[in-house]
Amino acid sequence: MSENIIEIQHLEKNFGSHKVLSDIDFSVKKGDVTTIIGVSGSGKSTLLRCINVLENPSGGKILFHGEDIDAKGFSLNDYRAKVGMVFQSFNLFSNMTVLQNCMVGQIKVLGRKKAEAEEKARYFLEKVGMLPYINAKPKQLSGGQKQRVAIARALAMEPEVLLFDEPTSALDPQMVGEVLAVMRQLASEGLTMIVVTHEMAFARDVSSRVVFMKDGVIWEQGTPEDIFSNPQREETKDFLSRFIN
Amino acid sequence: MAEFIEGIIKVWNGYGSAFLDGALNTLIVSFVGTAVGCLIGFGVGIVQTIPIDRKDPAWKRVLLTIVNLILKGYVELFRGTPMIVQSVFIYYGVIIVFDYKMDIYFAALLIVSINTGAYMAETVRGGILSIDPGQTEGAKAIGMNHVQTMINVIIPQAFRNIIPQIGNNFIINIKDTSVLSVIGFADLFFQHKSAAGALYLFFHSASIVMVIYLVMTVTASFLLRLLEKKLDGDDNYDLATTDTLAHTSGMYTYHPKEKTLEDFK
Ligand SMILES: Nc1ncnc2c1ncn2[C@@H]1O[C@H](COP(=O)(O)OP(=O)(O)O)[C@@H](O)[C@H]1O
Ligand SMILES: [Mg+2]
Repeated sequence: MSENIIEIQHLEKNFGSHKVLSDIDFSVKKGDVTTIIGVSGSGKSTLLRCINVLENPSGGKILFHGEDIDAKGFSLNDYRAKVGMVFQSFNLFSNMTVLQNCMVGQIKVLGRKKAEAEEKARYFLEKVGMLPYINAKPKQLSGGQKQRVAIARALAMEPEVLLFDEPTSALDPQMVGEVLAVMRQLASEGLTMIVVTHEMAFARDVSSRVVFMKDGVIWEQGTPEDIFSNPQREETKDFLSRFIN
Repeated sequence: MAEFIEGIIKVWNGYGSAFLDGALNTLIVSFVGTAVGCLIGFGVGIVQTIPIDRKDPAWKRVLLTIVNLILKGYVELFRGTPMIVQSVFIYYGVIIVFDYKMDIYFAALLIVSINTGAYMAETVRGGILSIDPGQTEGAKAIGMNHVQTMINVIIPQAFRNIIPQIGNNFIINIKDTSVLSVIGFADLFFQHKSAAGALYLFFHSASIVMVIYLVMTVTASFLLRLLEKKLDGDDNYDLATTDTLAHTSGMYTYHPKEKTLEDFK
């Protein structure tokens, strides 16, 4: 049994009196590709944002290699450098070129030398097929290209886990494929990923675990086979029947 | 008409070089005052936008609250009173409280800087707050701390966005530094008062001074627009191809096509 990289225990999140997540439990091992599915408003983004501490959880625990990330002396910034995030809205730095986007974190956070950072940035940009665009500014790119750069930026930090929050939802249909292809490639290379997505084919074919959420609660989790071929809960069946005809 | 031109020539012959000296002083005080005011504004605006985290120790929260209260007081005081009164208040206040007579040039620079700083503080604060929160989240998500995020991501963007307001402040200062004549600063308006008082040619002198002010402000706004255009850069970028067999290997410039309505359908 391999060690859990991330372990989430009884996680809760309230916005004021509005309970958005309750009693979330799940864990991620090295090489896992976990997809989180569920209708919008079910708390999927909030869960990812709690994992990356862009939101402060209201209760429960998140362990990173067994260490409580809320503990005194735990460096959140070091943690975030190891747990990357790819956003639905890309969030590329608009004052920087593609290359600078992929270098700045390496230099400022990881303390890498400029030459090394550039080499890594180029390597990962090539991987996502964006090397020719190193001098472009984000506003000059299409959505699919932006998202591939955002993935390269996250990869350049060489994180242990990469979180994706609906990475293809803001894209025109013809650009969804190019981003999913990159993600499939990363999964096949063994990158540990947690992916919130509405792309059921991706969830079924690529992931090692599927988590189904509804109303801030995990209703069911298991292998893609368990969830897609043999769902146990009515809610899961209901959700899937609306997505898969 | 001939009488008017005669008067203009008389004023110019007597005070032309004094007007130009005054105009130069006006420009220097406006420019340096705006620049220093910007620095003050950035300092204040940046401190005012430091986020308070629930994990921060109590002393940090208390300190930040006190400092922010003082800064808010400074901004309100200098935005809420006329610069002409501030000039007298500061210049004579220093004489009475510290028993020290400031150099008049220094006093002028100090007053314009502090006054501009108060306005710029609000501008900078607004500029920082108006940057898409996604930029901060993108930076946080790769482990940048607040200072790194501000220096590398937020401030460069905020600065770019507020350049028009900085320019605006400069132009306002060219005009408003005329109030400094109240403490005897020899700017353009001060020279007008001397000339008009000595020759009793108020209208003629004022006509010349009007033109000089207008030339300064129009030139300044033209240069600022030029600078802005330059900072925006063009929409082209170099596409780097690494395929040495391709005809286009090396760098060539890619011209993104104009977006048409079709693209948004
Ligand atoms: N910052 C916030 N403040 C208040 N409510 C929020 C905030 N973010 C999300 N919510 C609420 O939390 C619920 C879950 O949202 P979200 O996590 O974005 O769901 P999903 O990603 O599954 O669509 C929604 O009801 C949403 O309105
Ligand atoms: Mg969401």
